Amino acid sequence: MSDLADLYQQVILDHNRRPRNRGRLPTANRVAHGDNPTCGDQCSVYLQLDGDRISGITFDGSGCAISQASASLMTVQLKGKTAAEAENLFGVFHEIVTTGKEPEEISDIGAFAGVHAFPARIKCATLGWHAALNALKGDPVPATTETYKD
Amino acid sequence: MPSWPNFRADFPVLHQQVNGKPLVYLDNGATTQKPRRVIDALVRYYERDNSNVHRGLHALSMRATDGYEGARARIARFINAADPAEIIFTRGTTESINLVARSWGHAHLKPGDVVLTTEMEHHSNLVPWQQAAKASGATLKYVPVLGADAEGGLDLAALDALLTPAVKLFAFTHISNTLGAINPATELCRRARAVGAVTVIDAAQSIGHAPLDVQALGCDFLAFSGHKMCGPTGIGVLYGRRALLDQLAPDETGGGMVVSVTYEGATWKPAPERFEAGTPNVADAIALGAACDYLDALGRDQIAAHDAALSGLAMEKLSTLPGIRIIGPRVGTPRSGLVSFAFEGVHAHDIVTFADEDGVALRGGHHCNQPLMRKLGLTSTTRASFYLYNTPEEIDTLVASLRRILKFFAG
Ligand SMILES: Cc1ncc(COP(=O)(O)O)c(C=O)c1O
Repeated sequence: MSDLADLYQQVILDHNRRPRNRGRLPTANRVAHGDNPTCGDQCSVYLQLDGDRISGITFDGSGCAISQASASLMTVQLKGKTAAEAENLFGVFHEIVTTGKEPEEISDIGAFAGVHAFPARIKCATLGWHAALNALKGDPVPATTETYKD
Repeated sequence: MPSWPNFRADFPVLHQQVNGKPLVYLDNGATTQKPRRVIDALVRYYERDNSNVHRGLHALSMRATDGYEGARARIARFINAADPAEIIFTRGTTESINLVARSWGHAHLKPGDVVLTTEMEHHSNLVPWQQAAKASGATLKYVPVLGADAEGGLDLAALDALLTPAVKLFAFTHISNTLGAINPATELCRRARAVGAVTVIDAAQSIGHAPLDVQALGCDFLAFSGHKMCGPTGIGVLYGRRALLDQLAPDETGGGMVVSVTYEGATWKPAPERFEAGTPNVADAIALGAACDYLDALGRDQIAAHDAALSGLAMEKLSTLPGIRIIGPRVGTPRSGLVSFAFEGVHAHDIVTFADEDGVALRGGHHCNQPLMRKLGLTSTTRASFYLYNTPEEIDTLVASLRRILKFFAG
């Protein structure tokens, strides 16, 4: 149970139960869709980019608690960030979910450190992030967990 | 539960702990475990007989050939085929269906023709027909599934309207891997034959679970995988009626399937060799024969009864869980040995991860059934699928594990 308690931390359960920024964003000028064909998880990310800055972000989709909570928390973290800052933050997040190392200065996304003990679930945690990065790049091709490496 | 001997001792893999708990293997719909007898057949072949078939005149090659052809005859008996030549070895159900879709489809389908299948097919009995229809200009149509939870099975009333003389082929699953529904295969074949349509049965989920007789079913083709009937992975069968096979062109060409080759062209051997180009999967074919022996020694009608008793018990106990949505046949109606279910607010993958912590192996996802899932308004379900070595106690473990998960997520 200890690994599982690590995986499903309170922050994650809370975001899963009460997702933040869920739904379409009427003012979005960028959108990207992510798919995990293995498990059927889906995630769309809507961005309002003002210049280089994310002034609005929402997500939509369905999937496991890890994927939904991760996307929800991501929207909170990315709002107000520049594209470069967003990419940076994804680097940090990616490190957390693949190695389990929690950086001290970042609070909530550290909750995903437990994912590293469940390699099959890393793709769940990164699905929303990949969609967001694709949206930032203006990539019209849907993100799928089969085309990127975690 | 009727009494049934415990066969767990025959399956080495079952005797282990997962996450500190005894393994409760309930993912038999995906693949079944292998009895010692099948594992021994593989080892014995590689230790004593390994050789290429049909071409060597030395002792080992003759033994390998005898073993391979013996397995073909054994499998013909297992499904009551009229002739061992009707048994084509493939990699599995998927390859078997693709072979028919390409070879038969290419020769017979043309614009205006209809290929009929159903809304409950596994992707491997759906995508090959989409491809064949696209390649030939034929139209693909689906027999609808009835009910918000697909509890009504195939819409047999709609079948009459769908089964017109334009239908050249009707491909359907014997047992749905997602719903547990058992289709009336004999009736479906009879009705298809009445309009002159060729029938293809996907027997992946039925082959290891109940007696199966291709002549009684009256089908033209039937496909299955060894790994879902106690046999090894990488081996499967396409059964085809001799008269049809003899008219069919090969899909793959190469060594072993030709009579004579010149620089200008080649002529084909008859079935089954015509459809088995290259060195075949000798070891796994032989081990599949051993799996037939194992299942028949236990009795397939008894296995079917045990499966049904377990799924009946599971239906009864799972129904008591708050908020559960079970898809497929309702309590008290026939169902194969599997149950798929979903809970509002708890995703299948979270359930599978939690259950694994309790040593319980389940499947979560769309079960290679995306269109059906979409029709039912689901993205995924959790599936528990049973086999001859599962016990009523394991269903109790499953239910207790699910209760714990529901409690955790209810917070
Ligand atoms: C009903 C059905 N058809 C086809 C298949 C495909 O079998 P295989 O992957 O062995 O080719 C499966 C396996 O999951 C199945 O359940």
